[in-house]
Amino acid sequence: MTKNELKREQILRISGVNPRKCMKCGKCSGTCPSYDEMEYHPHQFVYMVETGDIEPLLKSQSIYKCLTCFACVDRCPRGVEPAKLIEAVRTIAVREKGANHMKPDDIPALLDDEMPQQAIMSALRKYSKA
Amino acid sequence: MNVTYFPGCTLRTKAKDLDTWARASAKALGIELIEPDNWQCCGGVFSYAKDEIASKLPSVRALIAARDAGQPLVTVCSACHNVIKQTNHQMQTDPDFALRVNNYLAQDKEPTSYAGETKVLHFLELLRDTVGFDELKKKVVNPLTGKKIAAYYGCLLLRPGKTMQFDDPENPTIIEDFIRAIGAEPVIYPARNECCGGYVALEDPASAKKKSSAVSASAASHGADMIVTACPLCRYNLIKNGSELPVAYFTEILAEALGCKSSASAAESLGVKEAAK
Ligand code: SF4
Ligand code: SF4
Repeated sequence: MTKNELKREQILRISGVNPRKCMKCGKCSGTCPSYDEMEYHPHQFVYMVETGDIEPLLKSQSIYKCLTCFACVDRCPRGVEPAKLIEAVRTIAVREKGANHMKPDDIPALLDDEMPQQAIMSALRKYSKA
Repeated sequence: MNVTYFPGCTLRTKAKDLDTWARASAKALGIELIEPDNWQCCGGVFSYAKDEIASKLPSVRALIAARDAGQPLVTVCSACHNVIKQTNHQMQTDPDFALRVNNYLAQDKEPTSYAGETKVLHFLELLRDTVGFDELKKKVVNPLTGKKIAAYYGCLLLRPGKTMQFDDPENPTIIEDFIRAIGAEPVIYPARNECCGGYVALEDPASAKKKSSAVSASAASHGADMIVTACPLCRYNLIKNGSELPVAYFTEILAEALGCKSSASAAESLGVKEAAK
């Protein structure tokens, strides 16, 4: 198995998603509030994982633009649940050695007085390995 | 009635009002909120990665505390609620995950195990299903007559709908029914279940601004006087990004209606536009 195939298997396993259920209707991307901020959109994650085009996804900033709003999870007519794939790609990206997208030291500069702790905890959980 | 209560970190710090008025209102309604010892942060957001185990243990431990007390686990913060409810669902439906969690629990000083037995209730569900909105209405001493209130659900209370089972995720009514029970008038507007931008506010405030201002503008253009939410981050994002309407926690207007808030603090939460605390 090549490194790429290995990553694809890993993404499928930790997401539990079957990308072959997708009928390419684009509803997930149509409903995604971060569509404009993303280079690759939810339906492209599904297609690119299916075809094994993993590296561009791992390198894309799109994985940090997902809001975990679950809109694509609820609104996909085929139950594909694209956010689970995006989560898996992001998780594998930040688990690479030294690849944390956000470090605790980065936080103070991003804060204002009202920012709730919830935002800090959530961002650290999404952007860095636990 | 006694319930186990998980406040969460943000309610101890930036969102004290959400907690304070939940406690005061519960007391007025004859519900005792009992906080378990040594609870830990839920982590703020649920991870869908099936091999994320350790970061979900705080939620599991809170669920165990409630089970052992023979009580439901009640949350008031939308984010804690989402994380704990999804974790409970994963314990019920993903045997491999449950096994690995239980491997950790078996090594505790007092070994235990968990299979998803606890009922997780949001405070709003407690009002609807346990107290009942009709009963709540009878306990209102200070009805918010004439107030037009826009319920902001956001994402976390409703989705994923299959797991949260809170209300119809595309056409919810629970907060509107709550608003009616306390004598005010609910305002329905299209963006009430859209995302505020969430934690992305931290590194990409422009992205959060776009989403939040669309929500507050939608509520304002439908004639609301104020917005209510159960989520500290929704409230932050709306206020930070220039909501022209005041944004309060649902517990504040509940406490106001039940007469447990002083008139000074009530005016503050219901009156003129205020800065985030
Ligand atoms: S969960 Fe992420 S990808 Fe899915 S709709 Fe929301 S922001 Fe878009
Ligand atoms: S909504 Fe579902 S079926 Fe449609 S493109 Fe997205 S993943 Fe595929």
